[in-house]
Formats: sequence, structure tokens, C-alpha cells
Amino acid sequence: MDPDVALAARLATDLDRAFPALVDAHAGRLYTIALRFLGVPSDAEEVAQDALVRAHRALADYDHDRIRVLRLRPWLATITINLARNRRRRQADRRPATSIEPLVATGLEPRQALGESPPAIAERREERRRLADALLALPPTARSAVVLRHVDGLSVAETAAALGRPEGTVKAQVHRGLAQLRRHLAPETHIDPNSAKELTA
Amino acid sequence: MNPVQLGAGAADPLEVALRDLALPAPAEVKAGALVRVGLADEWAELPSPLGPIGVAWNGRGVSWIDRADEPGAFEARFATRVGRPLTRAVAVPERTARAVAARLAGDRRIRVPLDLRGRTPFEVAVWMKALEIPRGEVRPYGWIAAEIGRPKAVRAVGTALAHNPVPLVVPCHRVIRSDGSIGQYSLGGPAAKRTVLAAEGLDPEALEADARAGLRFLGSATTRIVCLPSCHNARRITSRHRRPFAAFSAALAAGFRACRECRPASGAMAAA
Repeated sequence: MDPDVALAARLATDLDRAFPALVDAHAGRLYTIALRFLGVPSDAEEVAQDALVRAHRALADYDHDRIRVLRLRPWLATITINLARNRRRRQADRRPATSIEPLVATGLEPRQALGESPPAIAERREERRRLADALLALPPTARSAVVLRHVDGLSVAETAAALGRPEGTVKAQVHRGLAQLRRHLAPETHIDPNSAKELTA
Repeated sequence: MNPVQLGAGAADPLEVALRDLALPAPAEVKAGALVRVGLADEWAELPSPLGPIGVAWNGRGVSWIDRADEPGAFEARFATRVGRPLTRAVAVPERTARAVAARLAGDRRIRVPLDLRGRTPFEVAVWMKALEIPRGEVRPYGWIAAEIGRPKAVRAVGTALAHNPVPLVVPCHRVIRSDGSIGQYSLGGPAAKRTVLAAEGLDPEALEADARAGLRFLGSATTRIVCLPSCHNARRITSRHRRPFAAFSAALAAGFRACRECRPASGAMAAA
């Protein structure tokens, strides 16, 4: 069973008792959505925390039945991406999107697979940094769609609902976003998988 | 068509790499959110007439004030009496610190947000009434009871004041026994209460001596108005116009009327 269903039931019964579990289960997701959309860790921390506070305030106003059927994943993602989009619009003129370089300084490094050699870790970290940078180079509309659909893993329908856009639009934005990421990441090595097969045959 | 596109399957390395961009939330995000919604608290020290004092707060307001002179004492009392997770902060947030300092300096107009969840309406009514007592003045327990419309609940008023979670900010030290003696104080007993009152410009020993000598109310021969002895109006009466009374009824019988600010009639019957 989806753990969020049980969590929603607990929130409906006793919001304050269950809320720390919501924070534990979802804070990382919300931080990730905000960070991958905004690019600045301190901004992402604020957005993720604001989203959790808003969620608590909203839940305190909702009645029992509404909380019980709430689908927490897309609901929390919606709150977060809206706060992040508002912040980006306010900052758009003042500050360009930056790379996630500060993450290394704050020690927020990728999860380390067991038995990975130091060079492999460094390489993987570099790959992640390049992908995150490429993501930040996408136009905001495509970026928000790709972050929700593929970084957070919402469905197309959930992503569309969270962004307030038609599903067809979101599909096209995700498609174009992924294509642009591929071009960004491998501009010179655009190899047709079929010709690659021929080369190694 | 893009030749690298491998379809929407989970095997697409780009999609796998995007999923791998997930990070855990920094601890401050979680801890900060819980404090802001009032499910956890932070604390730090502030100066007070009793020396450094511990102040705890969350997003709803100041939640606990207690002595912090012994290591661990503040946390231990908070754990017993409040029970929420508590972490030490570097400093009290500037706005809270300024508001508390203004309150301690006697400014009653400053709003200090207080977290009084879980308290009874009676307790809150007692504490809000105590907030009306000006700095440098005191009122008897019976006065609070009468003012909140529960004239017989004098003992319950004493209990509510003893349970005041935010002493100094809610000035329970300005409430004394109806016989004029200083009475108990949750923040370190009668000696601490005297220290705080003295810091506010009151002479607790003189007040107690007057009460023992039978001075419970003070009238002015010129205005024919009778006050509680610590009322700022009573303290302006020149010595040759001072008319002491042991009972409010005696002042009434002598043709005095009650001061509208300290309202000496409140609880006067209980005091008799």
C-alpha cells in the first residue's frame, strides 16, 4: 500500500502528531524540487521549509474527509513548485540561475554506491553537476515540467495538475526538455544507437 | 526525430540520471519547519533582573521562560512541563528579544506573541489580566479573581499564576497575597519576586511593612479618591494628605470613591 494513504489517514486523525512523519517522508523531495528548479541551495531550503509550513496551515483548515483522500505527493509538489516559481519570477531580474557548485561545499554530495572507487565517485559527481547545470539552462516552463515529471517522478497527469497546464502541453514540454538536455550533455557525441551498434559489431 | 531517444522506458539513462538528482533535505529544513508550525521549540538566553534567563519560542510565540543558571535545568523543566523537542539556538530572534526587553522595561503596548496552547481559558484569563498591571505596581490575587468575574476563585488564581509558562513577560510577580505579603513566585521563590519588584521601582519591604501596620488602601484627602497602595495615583499623594485604610468599606464610609485605574474595590471583600 502507498505509505502516503496511511499517512493521510493519520494526518486526518491527529495533524500535529502525524505531521513530523510527513516532514520526514517528504522534505527531501520538496528540497530536491526547489533546488533543481532554482539552483541555489539556500533558496531551496527556504522554499522547502515554506512549503511544509503552508502544508501544515492548509491541513489545519481542511476537514477530516478532505485530508483522508488527499494525494500528498502531488499536493506537496504543487505547493513547492508554486513557491519556487514565484521566487524565480521575483528574482529573475536580479540574479541568474547558477550552478549547483555550492552543494559540494555544503557536503551535499550524491549518494555513494557501495564499492565505488574514488575516481568513479568523482566522475559520477561531475556527471550529476553537468546534468543539474543543463537542467538549470532549460527555459523555466520546460524545467518545471522535467523536474516534476522526471526528477520527482510524478505522472504526466499529476505534473499537469501541479503546473496548471494541459497534459498535452506538459508532454510536449517534457519531450523538448529531455531533447535539449541530451544535446547539452553530449553535443559532439550525438551517435545514432544503430550506427553505434554497427561500430561495435 | 532525435536519434538518441530510447522511448519512455525506465532504462533511458537520462531519466535514470534525472531521478538520481534527488538529495536529502538539510536537517535545518526539517527542524525549522517543525519549529515554525509549533511542533518543536528553540531556546536561548536573555538578560533579566534575575540574571540570564532562558526563553523558548516557536512559530506561534514565546512558549516558556525559566531560569537557566544550572546547565540542563532549563531543558529538563521544559521536557517535563511542555514536552516538545527543544534545541538550543544561538540567540533569541531579534524581534522577540526586543519585544521581551520592552515588556520587562514596562511597556505594556508591545505585543509579545505567546504560545498558550493547551492552557485553560481560566488560566489564560488570569494571565491576560496580570498583563494589565503596570510596572512598579502590585495587585492582590483576589483583585485578579474579581476582575475576571470569578471573585471566589482566589486560590485558583494563585495556582494559575504558579503555572504561568512565561513569567516576567506575563508579570505574575506583580500579584501578591491579599494580606499584603509578597507571596510565592515560580521563578525562584519570594526572594526572586522581591528582586524583580525592586528592579521595577517598588519597595517590597516597605509595602509589606505598611500592610502589617494595617495599611491596605490609601486615600487622598484632597481628591477623596482611594487607591491600592502601589497605584501610581496613590504614590503621588503628599504625606500630609495620605489617609490610610485597613478596609475598603472604611474608605467608602469615610466618603472616598474608588480610583478608576487600580479599582481597589475588586477583591476588596475577599481581602477583608
